[in-house]
Amino acid sequence: MSETSRIPAQPFKDKNFCLAYHRHMVRARALEERLIKMMRSGDGYFWIGGPGEEAFAVALGLQVRKGRGVAYDYLHLHYRSNPIVLTMGEPMLSFIRQMKSTSADPFSGGRNFVAHICKSDWNVVPVTSTIETQFAVAPGTAMAQRRARLKGEPSGVTVVIGGDAGTAEGDFASSLIWSTRPGSELPILLITTNNRYGISTPAETQHGEKNVADRARAFGITAQTVDGNSPEKIWAALETAFDTIRSTGKPYFLEVMVSRLHGHSSSSGAARTLDELCCIDSFEKKLLKSGWITEKEIEAVKATAYQEAQEAHEKVKSETYPDGSTFQDHTYAGNVRGGVPGRDF
Amino acid sequence: MANMAQAVRMALHYGEKHLGVTDIFGEDVGPPLGGVFTCTQGLKTTWNTPLDERGIIGAAMGLALAGQKPVAEIQFSDYIFNTIDLLKLAGNSNWASNGQYPLNMTVMTPSGAGIHGSLYHSHSFDAWASRLAGWKVVTPSTPRDAYGLMLSAIQDPNPVLVMVPKALMRVKGEELIPGEPPDEKDLKERIDAPIGDARKGWEPRWPDLEFAPTPIGEAKVVREGNNATVVTYSRHVLLAKVVADRLAYEGLGEVEVIDLRTIYPYDWAAISKSVVKTGRVLFLNEDTEITNFGEHLLRRTIEEHYYQLRARPRLLAGAHVPGVGLAPPLEEASVPQERDIERELRALLTELT
Repeated sequence: MSETSRIPAQPFKDKNFCLAYHRHMVRARALEERLIKMMRSGDGYFWIGGPGEEAFAVALGLQVRKGRGVAYDYLHLHYRSNPIVLTMGEPMLSFIRQMKSTSADPFSGGRNFVAHICKSDWNVVPVTSTIETQFAVAPGTAMAQRRARLKGEPSGVTVVIGGDAGTAEGDFASSLIWSTRPGSELPILLITTNNRYGISTPAETQHGEKNVADRARAFGITAQTVDGNSPEKIWAALETAFDTIRSTGKPYFLEVMVSRLHGHSSSSGAARTLDELCCIDSFEKKLLKSGWITEKEIEAVKATAYQEAQEAHEKVKSETYPDGSTFQDHTYAGNVRGGVPGRDF
Repeated sequence: MANMAQAVRMALHYGEKHLGVTDIFGEDVGPPLGGVFTCTQGLKTTWNTPLDERGIIGAAMGLALAGQKPVAEIQFSDYIFNTIDLLKLAGNSNWASNGQYPLNMTVMTPSGAGIHGSLYHSHSFDAWASRLAGWKVVTPSTPRDAYGLMLSAIQDPNPVLVMVPKALMRVKGEELIPGEPPDEKDLKERIDAPIGDARKGWEPRWPDLEFAPTPIGEAKVVREGNNATVVTYSRHVLLAKVVADRLAYEGLGEVEVIDLRTIYPYDWAAISKSVVKTGRVLFLNEDTEITNFGEHLLRRTIEEHYYQLRARPRLLAGAHVPGVGLAPPLEEASVPQERDIERELRALLTELT
């Protein structure tokens, strides 16, 4: 992270920034590929994630203001958001622990699927398997931030991310309505990552709208459809979006066109798809062309990242599941344990 | 004495003044209406929402995630059904996050039949709500408990659902809320918004209310008796008391009436104690009877008190029909009435052991 903690004015003209960006992307891919390997080798029951979304994820992970409370950005993430939180600085080990559902899983204590991240220190609220519900919830954190903003207190923005298929749910419409109530517009960045599929169903067989972004425009929200495979383009789009929201307090919409390189999830085999563009390959071609990196150096970056993932995997192999007796813990905060009154507590 | 709508309003006022409530919101909750039952008139933090129940529950969750203290209203519990997966998510937030994100949020909603509300203003939600682990669920039968349970709900670090019996909104209490002016006209002039143009610029003159919570999880014996027990809640507490008084007058026996007040975590100790004492128990509520919350209590009674029972335990609940009909005979046939309670209690009291 240290290499990218100070962002240059023109980042993609800066060799060190680009090389660091590349390393983030490669690490994210190495993590996802290791998670898929874990699922196949029995060190996890299910895999879902974001290989193919790295160019977008790294840009977001580097631009978000992380911290706890309304002064920082709130993140209502999708189940393809591992690369974002990895880029923000979460160790690979955390994701690998969640994959193996060990008691040390810092996101859910072995309770939830991989990529169902939760980290209150960084305002990452629980990722849910339910589709698009995060779009109904996100306006609430944005309202709290708007309130702080109106009082002149430090305030972040709310970021909510979901897929294109999920926009068919009513909660997507709710987010547009609730973000644009006249006089109460919200500081919220609404993001649809569009990979053109809902599991196996192509979007063009279900969606008549040309762009998802058009639906946001109908509410007066500034909206862009952007190539999420291009680090430069998605970086600039996110920068504009964050700047606009932070300066105006108004909502902004991004439709990010991304690839889905390992299918929907392990339910469809998670095999590598070869007919979609890989943002890492294309970025490497640019870096090679500019002479900022050599094939050998790329191999070294990859070897380091894949070794990091493998070592993390080795480490969790000896870790244990949570004890079964803890299954009711945290059902309630406070003095009720959960379960049957008079029997369990 | 305050009615239930006034009691809820006073509790919310206490909440926003003393307990940190930041938002009281829902459809028509803010000015000018102040709620379809007037529960939210004159409050400082009320606002109106789009007509979107999922958005309302979602916003409450988001506000709670960001450390605010929201009270959201679903205008009628009949309209809460399309929020059920959000309610589940609110209930599992703390569990799924391994303790990182408890949600201090309150949802209130008028529930039950009794106002000629037809299919979509008569629903009960208690059986559904009882399945929402992670939530606490309360339902008052008196203005005093509506006040006290709302205060507890606001203070509780977990999501709490407050189901207010809509048929009792205008029913006055028999017990003063601590701080409530004894003169009911005085109270009305202070906190009921005037009708028409006079409402513009109107400000309530709140009485100096006291912090007097009703603990969540504590039932109340509202009528003592040794011969049989009725375990009920919400508006059927009132009906059960009327019938119990009538049967006692006849000399048939003294029926103990327990107002459960909390659906979850319910007060098993109170139920158990009374069942052991009387050996005869009727579980009574108006939700539909198949997979009814009373069935759960009945099952525990059989499992834990089988050999202490002197008569077979019973459940009287709403009929398993798709809706409550508008014509009075239809509603009366599908939701337990006084006559049904009387029939069940007569049988319970007279069954030979």
